[in-house]
Amino acid sequence: MGILDFFKNKPKNTANVAKERLRIIVAQERAQRGSPDYLPTLRREILEVIKKYVNVDPDAVLISVERDGDQEVLELSVALPEKANAALDNG
Amino acid sequence: MGVGTLTEIIVVTSGKGGVGKTTTSASLAVGLAKRGKKVAVIDFDVGLRNLDLIMGCERRVVYDFVNVINDECTLKQALIKDKRYDTLFILAASQTRDKDALTKEGVDKVLTGLADDGFDFIICDSPAGIEKGAALAMYFADRAVVVVNPEVSSVRDSDRILGLLASKTRRAELGNGAVEQHLLLTRYNPNRVESGDMMSIADVQEILGIEVVGVIPESEGVLAASNAGIPVILDEGSNAGLAYEDSVARLLGESRPLRFIDAQKKSLLSRLFRS
Repeated sequence: MGILDFFKNKPKNTANVAKERLRIIVAQERAQRGSPDYLPTLRREILEVIKKYVNVDPDAVLISVERDGDQEVLELSVALPEKANAALDNG
Repeated sequence: MGVGTLTEIIVVTSGKGGVGKTTTSASLAVGLAKRGKKVAVIDFDVGLRNLDLIMGCERRVVYDFVNVINDECTLKQALIKDKRYDTLFILAASQTRDKDALTKEGVDKVLTGLADDGFDFIICDSPAGIEKGAALAMYFADRAVVVVNPEVSSVRDSDRILGLLASKTRRAELGNGAVEQHLLLTRYNPNRVESGDMMSIADVQEILGIEVVGVIPESEGVLAASNAGIPVILDEGSNAGLAYEDSVARLLGESRPLRFIDAQKKSLLSRLFRS
């Protein structure tokens, strides 16, 4: 058993780790690519407005520009805290 | 403007440095010339000229790319004719200027001149990075060979380059159809892939989402070739050379199975007799 374990004990598959990390970062960078540079400011200002009414987490506001054929869609998603049970998800 | 449709411009690019762009440019250029194509290979790395060394013509550089752009010589004077193939010409980068010496108009002028001279292929050897030299090397391209090592930083940088190819090229700007993108994996080590230490061809392809034009195995032949100034494609005894030969065939539309991508069994005998 001990000897078998010794032979089975392969080093961690680092290639899979690399692939997973790349998959995430590349997807993230592709999403940002070509998006207008006013997005971060817009996001911050929207967050400030929302905070006047609901106490949301700073990470709760997601904003992105999606391309759908010839159209560009500004996608805005706000996750409300658990108390407010109405989900808000407007485009 | 005015680059003829008969001339195909191929940029060899990567984002990251040291992955094998110049080695690839030299071997693709030689491979195409070997098949009778009229080929010019241009070093866009102004200030860090190296293609001349890899091609083995470093002592024959009189005029360079920037001299032609600045009308300090004719295109004909600056083109270095390869000693091995009559239809292969090298245009060296300037060693003394900085990268601002390259302009879009200047590069256009040189490429148009080559097209008018009846060149079939122009290979643009891009510098590393995404600055001016790299941007101009890709701007006029019809096709791009993206050189990638199966390693995280190289793959990520290549994806950035793919984004630029899709937006910052003449084809993208004119809406002339996308620059055709080819993935060329270099320094591929099948044994390390099998042991899980290196990403596989499929892994890299899945992340980048482009078609593979070649896989060059890690090989001692590459260093030996650059030491000698003989592009590795001319070393028929090296797997890297043969893999470049296959890549050239695929660039020209032939379909060839990938070679040298399976792990070698490491028996004692093969360890003794291989290497």
